Formats: sequence, structure tokens, C-alpha cells
Amino acid sequence: MIRVENLSVSYGAVTALRDVTFEAPTGKITTVIGANGAGKTTLLRTISGLVKPRQGSIRLGEFDLVGTATEDIARRGVAHVPEGRGVIEELTVEENLRLGALASKVDLAEGIARQFTQFPALESRRRNYAATLSGGERQMLAMARALIARPSVLLLDEPSLGLAPQVTADMMRTISELCTSEDLTVILVEQNAKSALRIAHDAVVLHIGRVAAFGTAGEVAADESLRRYYLGLVT
Amino acid sequence: MGTFLASRVMTDIFGGLATGAVVALIALSLVIIWQSTHVLNFAQGAMGMFATFVGMNLVFHGLNYWLCLVLSVVTGMVLGGVTERVLIRPLYGKPEINPIVVMIGFLGVIEAVIASIWTTNITMLPSPFSQIYYQSAGHTILVSPFIFYEVAVVAAVVIAIALLFRRTNLGLQMRAAALAPEVSRLLGVRVGRLLTLGWILSTGVGTLAAVVVSTGQVLAPTNMDGIFVSAFIAAAVGGLESPLGAIVAGLAIGLTEQFILDFWSTSIAPLSGVIVLVIGLSLRPQGLFTKHVSRRV
Repeated sequence: MIRVENLSVSYGAVTALRDVTFEAPTGKITTVIGANGAGKTTLLRTISGLVKPRQGSIRLGEFDLVGTATEDIARRGVAHVPEGRGVIEELTVEENLRLGALASKVDLAEGIARQFTQFPALESRRRNYAATLSGGERQMLAMARALIARPSVLLLDEPSLGLAPQVTADMMRTISELCTSEDLTVILVEQNAKSALRIAHDAVVLHIGRVAAFGTAGEVAADESLRRYYLGLVT
Repeated sequence: MGTFLASRVMTDIFGGLATGAVVALIALSLVIIWQSTHVLNFAQGAMGMFATFVGMNLVFHGLNYWLCLVLSVVTGMVLGGVTERVLIRPLYGKPEINPIVVMIGFLGVIEAVIASIWTTNITMLPSPFSQIYYQSAGHTILVSPFIFYEVAVVAAVVIAIALLFRRTNLGLQMRAAALAPEVSRLLGVRVGRLLTLGWILSTGVGTLAAVVVSTGQVLAPTNMDGIFVSAFIAAAVGGLESPLGAIVAGLAIGLTEQFILDFWSTSIAPLSGVIVLVIGLSLRPQGLFTKHVSRRV
């Protein structure tokens, strides 16, 4: 479980997050939604230590991640698939996967085999450079690379970006299945609020760095004013 | 057989390969630093010479050549690690020109420091192997035990580096740390340590090259200056990413220089690097052995 309390982040004079508080339980998907510039990506980057907060805490169980180096946060079981997926194009599919496993204690061969079972399309491309993959395959590779180390927390930044609607739907279903089967704490940042709310258990609505609403995905989806003013969803 | 090996063409080939092997070794050190940190180290030659002065100078005080060689390489590695931590690390994330400018400045500093410490040394650094060419049936073959030593050093380093980067998890992490430092950190890779390790390795190889270049020569701070330019060209023609490309381009420069010297003009020979650069980049702009990655759109 991840518990974020009173988290504030500034870039110079600009405040990106202000007093953000929410909880992402184990075995559930918590989606963070909001317009461009709401602070969604900053929130994930702060959890994984890439951005230092001005104040607040981020607890993984009892451990406060604030002040911990990014690589140590990853080694504690927080996997972050960044915006744009972050696959290393100059490496092959298999090398990308190996890289994901090296900092953990998982058996490399077993880990790779497990990911090929989860994402069969990657197996035939294992010796291809990641640059040759399609958008959907890249997203699969990014997910597989994050999951190979058997993390307890999965941070996903806009996984549907640039994907066709059918590929997005498949990806969302996969995220939902993985959350249950791996007992993951998933924090899913999405512009595509409709897709995210469909699979999420809880939802945080961010608006200009503040939490505009926090509740179950069902409550947020049903709130007409949230839908209209913050999510741009008109029924 | 002796006549053939002593023929004009074979003489040029042996001479060219001997020169090219050392160019290739320095080029390889540049490739390592590029692969592991994406920085071009213009002070590589001078750093190697500094470490060579520290270690090999002790030969003149009676210490064993091989012990001095190890001491030189270790000094070079320490110098590389400290340089990365002190001079280069603050520049990561800044414009790419910054480390280049800093290392060009550092080159001048090192050469001045060497000249100020070791001013009186004009003795030739003795070679552990004979530099006398082999004879066969009355013919001189332009190969000596020392040339075999040079080639063996280059071959051993090339194989070791290729295995490190292509076959080991450490090499994979080093490549990833240079290509995508932020993503690597998100995967738990300790990027800072690997960047330092890249400089340590690279300067170690550069120092080995400096020792080989200086063996049988007078130790001088500028021993590496000329050959470093050729090595830089070899690394560029090889594609900067490819150890094999750097080696082939280095050998090509050595051979070109030798054939121009013999068949054309001594005044043109120093331009052999430029000739290889123009031809190499015209035929393979992405580098000799750099894989062209096509992308699906």
C-alpha cells in the first residue's frame, strides 16, 4: 500500500502539487486523472524519487520513500513505467527485459519466461531492437520489464498514449488482470478518464496540483460536476 | 616464403597493422567512454601519458617493466574515476559541449603538470621485447617480437571489452546507463557508479595504449597527441558505439598511412586519417558496424 500525505512539490516559483493526500491500497487500481498540467506525472515522479518534494510523506508500508534515491525505491519494489514507455530503443527486447530483472533477486530465465507467457507477442520479437516495435508492443515491453522484478507497486503514466482504441482496451484489461493476479498496488495516471475509471477501484481527481476529489471510481464516475468540470466527460 | 613476407606490399601491411593496432586501442578507449557515459574525452591521450609517467618512470629506478605497467594502468584508472567524479559529474544534464570544453582545458593542464614534474627525462623507455625485425633467407620481414606484443595487447583488450559489453549483465547495465540514465535508475540500476566505472575502464585502456606507444621511445608529455587525432577519427568512422568499428577503422588508418608513406609522399601521410574519415563516412555515415535501426511508423 502507498499512502501519500500532504505532498507538495514546486518547480522554482511554480507549485506543481499542493497538500496532496490519498491512499492506494494493495491489490487495487487507483487512478489519478485530471487535465493537462494537473500534476499527474509530477506525482508519479515524486513517488519514484525523480522529483524531490517540498513537504509531505510517501509511505510504502511503514517506510517513508521521501529522501530515498530512485534506484533504491525501485529496489524496494516500486516499478514505474514512465510517460512515453521508456523502452531503450538501442537494446533488444530481451536486453530490455534482462535490465528490468538485474536489480532484483528473481531468476532471470524464469522471469523472462513468465513475461513471455503474460505477453506472448514479445517472444517472437525477443532478438529485435525495441526501436522496431509498434506502440502496443512497446507498451507490453515496458509493462513486462516493470513486472519482471516482481514489484509490489506499479506506477503507470499514460499507458494508453498513442494507442488505438482496441489496443488501449486490451491494455486496460491486462492491467486489471495483473493487479489481481500479482496482488499489486497500481497507481494509474491517465488522460483517458473514461477507460481508467472503468477498470479502477479508486480515483483521485487532480486539478492544478490539488486533490479535487478522492473516492471510489464509481463515485467519481457518477459525480456529474466532476465529470463536467474536471474530466471533460459529458453525458 | 621469406621473399614474399619481405616484399614491399607485405612490409607495408605489417608496418601499417603495427601502427593501426595502437590507433585502434586508443580508439577503443574512446568508444568505451562514449558507450558508458556519452562523453567524448579529448584529454584521454594526456591522461594516459600522465599515468604512464607515474608508473613507467620507475623503470629508470630499476623497477620491473611489467610491475610499472600495472602501476601505470592502476594510476590511469584512479585518475579516470576521480576525473569523472570531480569534473564530469557536475556537467551531466548540461549541454553536450560542456564536458568537451572542460576536457580540452584539462588536456592542457595535464600536459603542463607532466612537463613541470618530469622535466629532465630524456631517456628511452626500454622495451621488454626485442624491436629487431625478423630475418628469413636473407630478407628482413617488418615484424618483431615487440609488434607481436602490441597486437596481443590490442587483441586481448578488444576481446575483453567486447565480452564485457555484449555478454555480461554489467556491460548491459553500463550501456543502458549511458543510453537512458533516468529509465535505468527507475529499474534500480546504480547509474552513478556505472558512469564512474566507464571512465575507470576507459582510462585504464587509454593508459595501456600510452604505455605501448611510449615503449622504445623517449617519454614525452605529447607522445599521444598525434596518434590521438588518428584514434579519434577511427572511433568516429567506427560509429562511436562499436568496438569492432573502432578497431577496423584504426587498422585502416595505419595501413593507409603506411601505403601513402611508401608509394606516395611522406608529407601526405599524416592526412591518412582524414582520407579514411572522408571515405568511411561517405560509405557508412552511421559508422562501419553500427546497426541501422529501422523503425515501424
